[in-house]
Amino acid sequence: MQYLVSVIHDQAGLATPDEDAAIDVFNDRLQAEGHWVFAGGLASPDTATVIDNRGGEAMFADGPFLESKEYLAGFWIIEAADLDVALKLAAEGSKACNRKVEVRPFL
Amino acid sequence: MVASLTRRFGDLDIAEEAAAEAFATAVERWRADGVPPNPGAWLTTTANRKAIDRIRRENKRDDKHKEAQMLHDNIPPEPLGAIDDDRLRLIFTCCHPALAMEARVALTLRMVAGLTMPEIARAFLVAESAMGQRITRAKAKIKAARIPYRMPSADDLPARIAGVLAVLFLVFNEGYLASGPDTDPVRHELTIEAIRLTRLIRALLPDDGEVAGLLALMLLIEARRPARVSASGELVPLAEQDRGAWDMELIAEGHRLVRERLAAAAAGVAPGRYQILAAINAVHTSARDMRDTDWSQVLALYDQLVRLDSSPIIALNRAIAVAELDGPEVALAALDRLEHKLAGYHAYHATRADLLRRLGHSRQSRAAYDRAIDLAGNTAETAYLTRRRDQLR
Repeated sequence: MQYLVSVIHDQAGLATPDEDAAIDVFNDRLQAEGHWVFAGGLASPDTATVIDNRGGEAMFADGPFLESKEYLAGFWIIEAADLDVALKLAAEGSKACNRKVEVRPFL
Repeated sequence: MVASLTRRFGDLDIAEEAAAEAFATAVERWRADGVPPNPGAWLTTTANRKAIDRIRRENKRDDKHKEAQMLHDNIPPEPLGAIDDDRLRLIFTCCHPALAMEARVALTLRMVAGLTMPEIARAFLVAESAMGQRITRAKAKIKAARIPYRMPSADDLPARIAGVLAVLFLVFNEGYLASGPDTDPVRHELTIEAIRLTRLIRALLPDDGEVAGLLALMLLIEARRPARVSASGELVPLAEQDRGAWDMELIAEGHRLVRERLAAAAAGVAPGRYQILAAINAVHTSARDMRDTDWSQVLALYDQLVRLDSSPIIALNRAIAVAELDGPEVALAALDRLEHKLAGYHAYHATRADLLRRLGHSRQSRAAYDRAIDLAGNTAETAYLTRRRDQLR
């Protein structure tokens, strides 16, 4: 079972060196224990481009599709037996990156 | 049965529907062919078959796999203890912290205690459709997010207990003062079920003060049940109950638990809300009659409780103690401050009606009784309130 752990943040600015170090330790653990699938940090929402090709001709628009104070700053995709395991890992992830996270199951 | 089907099939919906279908089949079949020698086993076998049928019907790839698993189920027939374990697992699933609190309570009442949707809706003062959606959504989340069907780990257990206790207390309350006009006023099967489940949790967590507190609270309330409804089917308020009819054995057990918690409190362990509520009920069950009740002790305990729990219902019950100590007028003033929160709650209007009656304000009292009767669902309570109203001059 795979879960998306989204990192939610409401301020500009990337992770501090301390946060980066804690994230590295957490990532190493995920890999060692077989929970790791993928993870990454994202550039700020200002850098986003929205594409709509539903009408036959692709339209490009600058900026995120949703303007909100809170934004997706990064994510993990983890492998976990069930939600209890995923929640425990997510709690540690939140501590490591020093941000709120949201857990959502893949279909 | 739902609990063991859930364990076997890993799906609440399938378990619930299979159990319901098995009962429906039993009603038909047993009427025609007579009750089988072992009705319990018959139901279980039938429900298992219904569940497998349903999985076959749905015919999905995942379910095919599941079906293969089910047909080769090696789980041996369960000894009695395993059924309790199943039920406990089901409780922890239904009370999972990833679900909204309202959903946890609703789901447990539905899946573990077997209440109907209208009963649950009434217990929460919400519309039936909203309650249905809440339960459907919770079940979908359990399935999609794979909320596990097992005991929480030892580290998580204490934190998971609080939600479970809240649920069990609600089940108990629904049994003690059934909300529906079509059910018995006191649903013994629910109070007994709630006590049984609380004992089960206490066996699991013997050192948890709130578990002991909730058990004591339930026992001390349950002990008064024999005196609670009159021969004519009317609710009998505490002041008028025949205290000789109380169950002294349950009271003794409840008092023992309260003393155990008082000793812990003396040693510096701060009591939680159930322990304080149990202590209040210990005061009531220690008194020979209403006048003999140590109301200042009751009020002191409510003051302690209000600091922990700002619920308006606690404030309402505190006001009843205030009425005994400082008179109905003071209590009425306290009640007025709760109106905006409790205007839809029958006990608020019943309490108000009683205070107004004691102050000789018949007309206002009658209006409050009318409102209480409109809102009360419990038949014994409605009968009592109606008589009280009609006695007003």
